[in-house]
Amino acid sequence: MSFFYRVIPLFRIFVIGIFLGLLGAGALIYFAPAVDLHRQTSLISVQPNGGNAETFRINLPSDRILVGLPGVDNTIPSGMSWPSEEEFGSFQAEMFKIRDRNDVVIGVASRLASAAEGQESFIEWTLHLPARGTMYVQMDLDPSIDGYRNGVLLTGTRDFESLSGSVKEQFVADVENDDYDTQGRIELMTALVSPLEELTGGVE
Amino acid sequence: MKYLVSLLAGSLLGALAFLLALYYNPFAAQPTISPLSVTQDRVINLSYSAVASDGILYTDNGESIIATHPDRVADLWELAIIDTRVFVTMLRGARGEVAGIGFKISSDSESTSLLQAEAEANSVWHVYLPGKGTFLIDQSENYWTYIHDIVIPARWSSGDNWKGSFHSIMTSGPGALGIARVTGGSGEFAGQSTEAVESLTARAYSALQGPVSMNGSLAIIAPAASANSEQ
Repeated sequence: MSFFYRVIPLFRIFVIGIFLGLLGAGALIYFAPAVDLHRQTSLISVQPNGGNAETFRINLPSDRILVGLPGVDNTIPSGMSWPSEEEFGSFQAEMFKIRDRNDVVIGVASRLASAAEGQESFIEWTLHLPARGTMYVQMDLDPSIDGYRNGVLLTGTRDFESLSGSVKEQFVADVENDDYDTQGRIELMTALVSPLEELTGGVE
Repeated sequence: MKYLVSLLAGSLLGALAFLLALYYNPFAAQPTISPLSVTQDRVINLSYSAVASDGILYTDNGESIIATHPDRVADLWELAIIDTRVFVTMLRGARGEVAGIGFKISSDSESTSLLQAEAEANSVWHVYLPGKGTFLIDQSENYWTYIHDIVIPARWSSGDNWKGSFHSIMTSGPGALGIARVTGGSGEFAGQSTEAVESLTARAYSALQGPVSMNGSLAIIAPAASANSEQ
Protein backbone atom coordinates (compact mmCIF):
# COMPACT_ATOMS: atom_id res chain seq x y z
CA MET A 1 0.00 0.00 0.00
CA SER A 2 2.76 2.40 0.94
CA PHE A 3 4.37 1.67 -2.48
CA PHE A 4 1.30 3.06 -4.31
CA TYR A 5 1.23 6.09 -2.05
CA ARG A 6 4.79 6.76 -3.13
CA VAL A 7 4.37 5.98 -6.85
CA ILE A 8 1.00 7.57 -7.69
CA PRO A 9 2.13 11.17 -7.05
CA LEU A 10 5.24 10.49 -9.12
CA PHE A 11 3.08 9.08 -11.91
CA ARG A 12 0.80 12.14 -11.77
CA ILE A 13 3.80 14.44 -12.10
CA PHE A 14 5.02 12.29 -15.01
CA VAL A 15 1.65 12.60 -16.79
CA ILE A 16 1.61 16.34 -16.15
CA GLY A 17 5.11 16.40 -17.66
CA ILE A 18 3.84 14.64 -20.79
CA PHE A 19 1.15 17.28 -21.26
CA LEU A 20 3.65 20.05 -20.63
CA GLY A 21 5.98 18.48 -23.20
CA LEU A 22 3.21 18.26 -25.76
CA LEU A 23 2.15 21.85 -25.13
CA GLY A 24 5.71 23.14 -25.03
CA ALA A 25 6.72 21.46 -28.30
CA GLY A 26 3.50 22.70 -29.95
CA ALA A 27 4.02 26.25 -28.69
CA LEU A 28 7.67 26.25 -29.77
CA ILE A 29 6.85 25.08 -33.31
CA TYR A 30 3.89 27.46 -33.56
CA PHE A 31 5.61 30.60 -32.29
CA ALA A 32 9.24 30.12 -33.36
CA PRO A 33 9.49 30.91 -37.08
CA ALA A 34 10.92 28.03 -39.10
CA VAL A 35 12.08 30.54 -41.72
CA ASP A 36 13.09 34.07 -40.79
CA LEU A 37 14.35 35.90 -43.86
CA HIS A 38 16.72 38.82 -43.49
CA ARG A 39 15.01 42.09 -44.36
CA GLN A 40 17.08 44.99 -45.59
CA THR A 41 15.30 48.32 -45.15
CA SER A 42 13.75 49.23 -48.51
CA LEU A 43 15.18 52.48 -49.87
CA ILE A 44 12.02 53.78 -51.52
CA SER A 45 11.11 57.37 -52.28
CA VAL A 46 7.41 58.20 -52.49
CA GLN A 47 6.27 60.09 -55.58
CA PRO A 48 3.62 62.85 -55.75
CA ASN A 49 1.17 60.46 -57.44
CA GLY A 50 1.38 58.02 -54.52
CA GLY A 51 3.73 55.69 -56.35
CA ASN A 52 7.18 54.74 -55.26
CA ALA A 53 10.59 54.91 -56.89
CA GLU A 54 13.47 52.60 -56.11
CA THR A 55 16.91 52.08 -57.62
CA PHE A 56 18.62 48.70 -57.86
CA ARG A 57 22.29 48.34 -58.73
CA ILE A 58 24.49 45.64 -60.18
CA ASN A 59 28.24 46.08 -59.88
CA LEU A 60 30.19 44.64 -62.78
CA PRO A 61 31.87 42.27 -62.92
CA SER A 62 31.63 41.23 -59.25
CA ASP A 63 27.86 40.66 -59.14
CA ARG A 64 27.74 38.36 -62.17
CA ILE A 65 26.56 34.83 -61.44
CA LEU A 66 26.15 33.66 -65.03
CA VAL A 67 26.88 34.95 -68.51
CA GLY A 68 25.88 32.74 -71.43
CA LEU A 69 26.45 34.07 -74.94
CA PRO A 70 25.99 32.35 -78.29
CA GLY A 71 29.15 31.02 -79.90
CA VAL A 72 31.42 32.30 -77.16
CA ASP A 73 33.59 29.93 -75.16
CA ASN A 74 34.44 32.21 -72.24
CA THR A 75 31.20 31.86 -70.35
CA ILE A 76 30.86 32.86 -66.71
CA PRO A 77 31.44 30.87 -64.58
CA SER A 78 34.23 29.15 -66.45
CA GLY A 79 33.56 25.51 -67.18
CA MET A 80 29.84 26.03 -67.68
CA SER A 81 28.44 24.13 -70.66
CA TRP A 82 26.26 26.69 -72.40
CA PRO A 83 23.82 25.23 -74.98
CA SER A 84 25.12 25.39 -78.53
CA GLU A 85 21.96 24.18 -80.30
CA GLU A 86 21.15 26.13 -83.44
CA GLU A 87 17.62 26.97 -82.34
CA PHE A 88 18.93 29.17 -79.54
CA GLY A 89 20.27 31.57 -82.19
CA SER A 90 21.32 34.87 -80.66
CA PHE A 91 19.82 34.10 -77.25
CA GLN A 92 21.90 35.36 -74.36
CA ALA A 93 21.38 35.16 -70.63
CA GLU A 94 22.88 36.81 -67.60
CA MET A 95 22.24 36.34 -63.90
CA PHE A 96 23.32 38.79 -61.22
CA LYS A 97 23.16 39.60 -57.56
CA ILE A 98 21.24 42.85 -57.18
CA ARG A 99 21.92 45.59 -54.65
CA ASP A 100 19.99 48.47 -53.18
CA ARG A 101 21.08 52.13 -53.41
CA ASN A 102 23.50 51.54 -50.51
CA ASP A 103 25.24 48.72 -52.36
CA VAL A 104 23.84 45.99 -50.08
CA VAL A 105 22.91 42.73 -51.85
CA ILE A 106 19.14 42.23 -51.59
CA GLY A 107 18.28 39.74 -54.32
CA VAL A 108 19.03 37.84 -57.50
CA ALA A 109 18.10 38.74 -61.08
CA SER A 110 18.05 37.13 -64.51
CA ARG A 111 18.27 39.06 -67.78
CA LEU A 112 17.33 37.20 -70.95
CA ALA A 113 17.73 38.72 -74.39
CA SER A 114 17.44 37.71 -78.01
CA ALA A 115 18.01 39.89 -81.01
CA ALA A 116 16.49 37.54 -83.57
CA GLU A 117 14.33 39.14 -86.20
CA GLY A 118 10.59 38.67 -85.92
CA GLN A 119 8.45 38.02 -82.89
CA GLU A 120 11.21 36.52 -80.78
CA SER A 121 13.25 39.64 -80.09
CA PHE A 122 13.06 40.47 -76.43
CA ILE A 123 14.90 41.79 -73.41
CA GLU A 124 13.49 40.72 -70.06
CA TRP A 125 14.41 40.98 -66.41
CA THR A 126 13.29 38.91 -63.46
CA LEU A 127 14.16 40.56 -60.14
CA HIS A 128 13.77 38.21 -57.18
CA LEU A 129 13.94 39.78 -53.72
CA PRO A 130 13.44 36.86 -51.27
CA ALA A 131 11.81 38.87 -48.48
CA ARG A 132 9.58 40.95 -50.80
CA GLY A 133 8.67 39.14 -54.01
CA THR A 134 9.53 39.04 -57.70
CA MET A 135 9.20 41.52 -60.57
CA TYR A 136 8.95 40.40 -64.20
CA VAL A 137 9.96 43.24 -66.50
CA GLN A 138 9.97 43.60 -70.28
CA MET A 139 12.32 46.19 -71.77
CA ASP A 140 12.16 48.06 -75.04
CA LEU A 141 14.52 46.65 -77.66
CA ASP A 142 15.97 50.05 -78.54
CA PRO A 143 17.41 52.37 -75.91
CA SER A 144 16.14 55.95 -75.76
CA ILE A 145 18.31 58.79 -76.99
CA ASP A 146 19.21 59.78 -73.43
CA GLY A 147 20.94 56.44 -72.88
CA TYR A 148 18.21 54.66 -70.95
CA ARG A 149 16.31 51.58 -71.93
CA ASN A 150 12.67 51.80 -70.85
CA GLY A 151 10.58 48.87 -69.74
CA VAL A 152 7.31 47.92 -68.17
CA LEU A 153 6.43 45.72 -65.21
CA LEU A 154 4.53 42.75 -66.66
CA THR A 155 3.69 41.16 -63.33
CA GLY A 156 4.84 40.94 -59.75
CA THR A 157 4.45 38.56 -56.85
CA ARG A 158 3.72 39.16 -53.15
CA ASP A 159 4.72 42.80 -52.34
CA PHE A 160 4.76 43.65 -56.06
CA GLU A 161 1.61 41.74 -57.00
CA SER A 162 -0.80 44.64 -57.26
CA LEU A 163 1.70 47.16 -58.60
CA SER A 164 2.15 48.45 -62.12
CA GLY A 165 4.61 50.86 -63.61
CA SER A 166 7.82 51.34 -65.49
CA VAL A 167 11.47 50.41 -65.19
CA LYS A 168 14.55 52.15 -66.62
CA GLU A 169 17.79 50.34 -67.30
CA GLN A 170 21.06 52.21 -67.60
CA PHE A 171 24.69 51.17 -67.85
CA VAL A 172 27.02 53.46 -65.92
CA ALA A 173 30.58 53.05 -67.14
CA ASP A 174 32.42 55.32 -64.71
CA VAL A 175 31.64 54.38 -61.15
CA GLU A 176 33.01 56.57 -58.38
CA ASN A 177 33.67 54.38 -55.40
CA ASP A 178 36.52 52.76 -53.52
CA ASP A 179 36.01 49.35 -55.05
CA TYR A 180 38.70 49.15 -57.72
CA ASP A 181 37.32 45.83 -58.98
CA THR A 182 34.13 47.53 -60.14
CA GLN A 183 34.39 48.45 -63.82
CA GLY A 184 30.83 49.57 -64.35
CA ARG A 185 27.33 49.33 -63.04
CA ILE A 186 23.85 48.52 -64.26
CA GLU A 187 21.15 50.62 -62.66
CA LEU A 188 17.50 49.64 -62.69
CA MET A 189 15.13 52.39 -61.63
CA THR A 190 11.57 51.32 -60.90
CA ALA A 191 8.58 53.66 -60.68
CA LEU A 192 5.62 51.63 -59.45
CA VAL A 193 2.14 52.55 -58.33
CA SER A 194 -0.71 50.71 -56.62
CA PRO A 195 -4.16 50.40 -58.24
CA LEU A 196 -6.27 53.55 -57.90
CA GLU A 197 -8.67 51.84 -55.46
CA GLU A 198 -5.86 51.13 -53.02
CA LEU A 199 -4.61 54.73 -53.15
CA THR A 200 -8.05 56.23 -52.63
CA GLY A 201 -9.37 53.57 -50.30
CA GLY A 202 -12.10 52.78 -52.81
CA VAL A 203 -13.31 56.40 -52.99
CA GLU A 204 -12.89 58.08 -56.35
CA MET B 1 14.35 15.73 -6.76
CA LYS B 2 12.51 12.60 -7.91
CA TYR B 3 9.46 14.75 -8.78
CA LEU B 4 11.61 17.03 -10.93
CA VAL B 5 13.14 14.03 -12.71
CA SER B 6 9.65 12.61 -13.25
CA LEU B 7 8.43 15.96 -14.66
CA LEU B 8 11.41 16.24 -17.00
CA ALA B 9 11.06 12.64 -18.19
CA GLY B 10 7.35 13.24 -18.85
CA SER B 11 8.09 16.49 -20.70
CA LEU B 12 10.66 14.80 -22.92
CA LEU B 13 8.25 11.99 -23.69
CA GLY B 14 5.50 14.53 -24.44
CA ALA B 15 7.76 16.52 -26.77
CA LEU B 16 8.85 13.30 -28.50
CA ALA B 17 5.23 12.19 -28.87
CA PHE B 18 4.40 15.58 -30.43
CA LEU B 19 7.24 15.30 -32.93
CA LEU B 20 6.22 11.75 -33.84
CA ALA B 21 2.61 12.87 -34.32
CA LEU B 22 3.90 15.66 -36.57
CA TYR B 23 6.04 13.27 -38.61
CA TYR B 24 3.40 10.55 -38.96
CA ASN B 25 0.53 13.01 -39.51
CA PRO B 26 -1.82 11.07 -41.82
CA PHE B 27 -3.40 14.28 -43.11
CA ALA B 28 -0.10 15.65 -44.46
CA ALA B 29 -0.03 13.84 -47.81
CA GLN B 30 0.45 15.97 -50.93
CA PRO B 31 -1.31 15.28 -54.22
CA THR B 32 0.44 13.02 -56.70
CA ILE B 33 -1.92 13.80 -59.58
CA SER B 34 -1.65 17.17 -61.29
CA PRO B 35 -4.73 19.41 -61.06
CA LEU B 36 -4.13 20.06 -64.78
CA SER B 37 -4.66 16.38 -65.65
CA VAL B 38 -8.38 17.02 -66.07
CA THR B 39 -8.05 20.16 -68.18
CA GLN B 40 -9.44 20.26 -71.70
CA ASP B 41 -6.74 22.71 -72.79
CA ARG B 42 -3.54 21.69 -74.53
CA VAL B 43 -0.72 21.18 -72.04
CA ILE B 44 2.98 21.76 -72.75
CA ASN B 45 5.07 19.23 -70.82
CA LEU B 46 8.67 20.13 -70.08
CA SER B 47 11.03 17.91 -68.14
CA TYR B 48 14.49 18.36 -66.65
CA SER B 49 16.99 16.52 -64.50
CA ALA B 50 16.78 17.82 -60.94
CA VAL B 51 20.33 16.61 -60.21
CA ALA B 52 22.44 19.75 -59.79
CA SER B 53 25.44 18.45 -61.74
CA ASP B 54 23.21 17.57 -64.73
CA GLY B 55 22.10 21.18 -65.03
CA ILE B 56 23.88 24.13 -66.58
CA LEU B 57 24.35 25.90 -63.26
CA TYR B 58 23.39 25.43 -59.63
CA THR B 59 24.32 27.67 -56.73
CA ASP B 60 23.23 28.34 -53.18
CA ASN B 61 24.92 29.65 -50.02
CA GLY B 62 27.70 27.10 -50.45
CA GLU B 63 26.94 25.28 -47.21
CA SER B 64 24.27 22.82 -48.32
CA ILE B 65 25.02 19.18 -49.09
CA ILE B 66 24.42 19.83 -52.79
CA ALA B 67 27.65 20.86 -54.49
CA THR B 68 27.43 24.03 -56.55
CA HIS B 69 27.96 23.54 -60.27
CA PRO B 70 30.21 24.40 -62.03
CA ASP B 71 32.91 24.64 -59.37
CA ARG B 72 33.67 28.32 -59.79
CA VAL B 73 30.14 29.69 -59.64
CA ALA B 74 29.53 32.50 -57.14
CA ASP B 75 27.95 31.48 -53.83
CA LEU B 76 24.85 33.30 -52.59
CA TRP B 77 26.30 33.99 -49.14
CA GLU B 78 24.92 37.48 -48.51
CA LEU B 79 22.36 37.69 -45.68
CA ALA B 80 19.40 38.66 -47.87
CA ILE B 81 19.93 35.78 -50.29
CA ILE B 82 21.41 33.14 -47.98
CA ASP B 83 18.22 31.04 -48.24
CA THR B 84 18.03 31.39 -52.04
CA ARG B 85 18.97 28.86 -54.70
CA VAL B 86 19.56 29.34 -58.45
CA PHE B 87 19.21 26.45 -60.90
CA VAL B 88 19.65 26.76 -64.67
CA THR B 89 18.77 23.77 -66.80
CA MET B 90 17.83 22.60 -70.26
CA LEU B 91 14.13 21.82 -70.61
CA ARG B 92 13.12 18.86 -72.75
CA GLY B 93 9.90 18.09 -74.55
CA ALA B 94 7.78 14.96 -74.42
CA ARG B 95 10.13 13.06 -76.79
CA GLY B 96 13.29 14.12 -74.99
CA GLU B 97 14.17 16.81 -77.51
CA VAL B 98 15.62 20.14 -76.35
CA ALA B 99 12.67 22.47 -75.92
CA GLY B 100 14.21 25.41 -74.11
CA ILE B 101 16.10 26.68 -71.13
CA GLY B 102 14.82 27.46 -67.65
CA PHE B 103 16.19 29.71 -64.91
CA LYS B 104 14.77 28.81 -61.52
CA ILE B 105 15.24 31.08 -58.51
CA SER B 106 13.75 29.85 -55.26
CA SER B 107 13.84 31.01 -51.64
CA ASP B 108 12.61 29.55 -48.38
CA SER B 109 9.23 31.01 -47.52
CA GLU B 110 8.17 32.58 -44.25
CA SER B 111 4.77 30.96 -44.69
CA THR B 112 6.41 27.64 -43.77
CA SER B 113 4.30 26.00 -41.05
CA LEU B 114 5.48 22.66 -39.72
CA LEU B 115 2.22 22.26 -37.78
CA GLN B 116 0.36 22.26 -41.10
CA ALA B 117 2.95 20.09 -42.86
CA GLU B 118 4.06 22.99 -45.03
CA ALA B 119 7.77 23.43 -45.83
CA GLU B 120 7.24 26.22 -48.33
CA ALA B 121 9.47 27.86 -50.90
CA ASN B 122 8.70 30.80 -53.17
CA SER B 123 10.06 30.17 -56.62
CA VAL B 124 10.03 31.59 -60.12
CA TRP B 125 10.96 30.01 -63.43
CA HIS B 126 12.12 32.40 -66.17
CA VAL B 127 11.76 30.25 -69.28
CA TYR B 128 12.79 30.66 -72.93
CA LEU B 129 11.41 28.22 -75.49
CA PRO B 130 12.98 28.87 -78.94
CA GLY B 131 10.27 29.41 -81.51
CA LYS B 132 7.63 29.89 -78.83
CA GLY B 133 8.76 32.72 -76.61
CA THR B 134 9.37 33.56 -72.99
CA PHE B 135 7.31 33.45 -69.84
CA LEU B 136 7.52 33.55 -66.06
CA ILE B 137 6.10 30.90 -63.75
CA ASP B 138 5.59 32.06 -60.20
CA GLN B 139 4.63 29.56 -57.56
CA SER B 140 4.87 28.48 -53.98
CA GLU B 141 6.15 24.94 -53.48
CA ASN B 142 5.64 22.58 -50.56
CA TYR B 143 8.67 20.39 -49.82
CA TRP B 144 7.11 18.62 -46.80
CA THR B 145 6.50 15.30 -48.55
CA TYR B 146 9.94 15.49 -50.20
CA ILE B 147 11.62 15.96 -46.80
CA HIS B 148 9.37 13.38 -45.12
CA ASP B 149 9.64 10.66 -47.76
CA ILE B 150 13.20 11.15 -49.01
CA VAL B 151 15.48 13.42 -46.99
CA ILE B 152 14.74 12.09 -43.48
CA PRO B 153 14.75 8.38 -44.50
CA ALA B 154 18.09 8.99 -46.26
CA ARG B 155 19.55 10.48 -43.09
CA TRP B 156 18.21 7.60 -40.98
CA SER B 157 19.60 5.04 -43.38
CA SER B 158 22.90 3.45 -42.31
CA GLY B 159 24.14 3.96 -45.86
CA ASP B 160 23.15 7.66 -45.86
CA ASN B 161 21.01 7.18 -48.92
CA TRP B 162 17.46 6.56 -50.07
CA LYS B 163 16.29 4.48 -53.01
CA GLY B 164 12.70 4.01 -53.99
CA SER B 165 9.93 5.54 -56.01
CA PHE B 166 8.72 9.04 -55.24
CA HIS B 167 6.39 11.28 -57.17
CA SER B 168 4.75 14.40 -55.86
CA ILE B 169 3.21 17.64 -57.04
CA MET B 170 5.43 20.37 -55.61
CA THR B 171 3.35 23.39 -56.59
CA SER B 172 1.06 24.54 -53.79
CA GLY B 173 -0.05 27.94 -55.05
CA PRO B 174 -0.70 30.78 -55.47
CA GLY B 175 -3.70 29.68 -57.54
CA ALA B 176 -6.66 27.73 -56.26
CA LEU B 177 -6.11 23.94 -56.21
CA GLY B 178 -2.37 24.55 -55.89
CA ILE B 179 -1.65 25.86 -59.37
CA ALA B 180 1.20 28.16 -60.40
CA ARG B 181 0.62 31.39 -62.32
CA VAL B 182 2.19 31.85 -65.77
CA THR B 183 2.73 35.32 -67.24
CA GLY B 184 3.72 35.53 -70.88
CA GLY B 185 6.58 37.74 -72.02
CA SER B 186 7.23 37.36 -75.72
CA GLY B 187 6.34 35.24 -78.75
CA GLU B 188 3.22 33.08 -78.46
CA PHE B 189 3.08 33.82 -74.75
CA ALA B 190 3.07 37.62 -75.12
CA GLY B 191 0.18 39.14 -73.22
CA GLN B 192 -1.14 35.74 -72.16
CA SER B 193 -1.72 34.39 -68.67
CA THR B 194 -2.03 30.67 -68.08
CA GLU B 195 -1.38 28.12 -65.36
CA ALA B 196 1.25 25.51 -64.57
CA VAL B 197 2.16 22.75 -62.15
CA GLU B 198 5.61 21.44 -61.21
CA SER B 199 6.22 17.89 -60.01
CA LEU B 200 9.23 15.84 -58.91
CA THR B 201 9.95 12.17 -59.52
CA ALA B 202 12.83 10.63 -57.59
CA ARG B 203 14.52 7.25 -57.49
CA ALA B 204 17.71 7.86 -55.48
CA TYR B 205 18.92 10.44 -52.98
CA SER B 206 22.11 10.70 -50.96
CA ALA B 207 22.18 12.37 -47.54
CA LEU B 208 25.74 13.42 -48.38
CA GLN B 209 25.29 14.74 -51.95
CA GLY B 210 21.59 15.45 -52.41
CA PRO B 211 19.55 14.19 -55.39
CA VAL B 212 21.20 11.31 -57.30
CA SER B 213 18.36 10.31 -59.63
CA MET B 214 15.60 12.86 -59.78
CA ASN B 215 13.56 14.45 -62.55
CA GLY B 216 11.34 17.49 -62.52
CA SER B 217 8.43 18.24 -64.77
CA LEU B 218 6.58 21.42 -65.68
CA ALA B 219 3.07 21.08 -67.08
CA ILE B 220 1.95 24.38 -68.60
CA ILE B 221 -1.39 25.15 -70.18
CA ALA B 222 -0.61 26.39 -73.68
CA PRO B 223 -1.53 30.03 -74.33
CA ALA B 224 -4.72 30.56 -76.32
CA ALA B 225 -2.92 31.74 -79.45
CA SER B 226 -0.70 28.67 -79.49
CA ALA B 227 -3.56 26.25 -78.84
CA ASN B 228 -5.68 27.79 -81.63
CA SER B 229 -2.86 27.66 -84.16
CA GLU B 230 -2.46 23.92 -83.69
CA GLN B 231 -6.12 23.04 -84.04
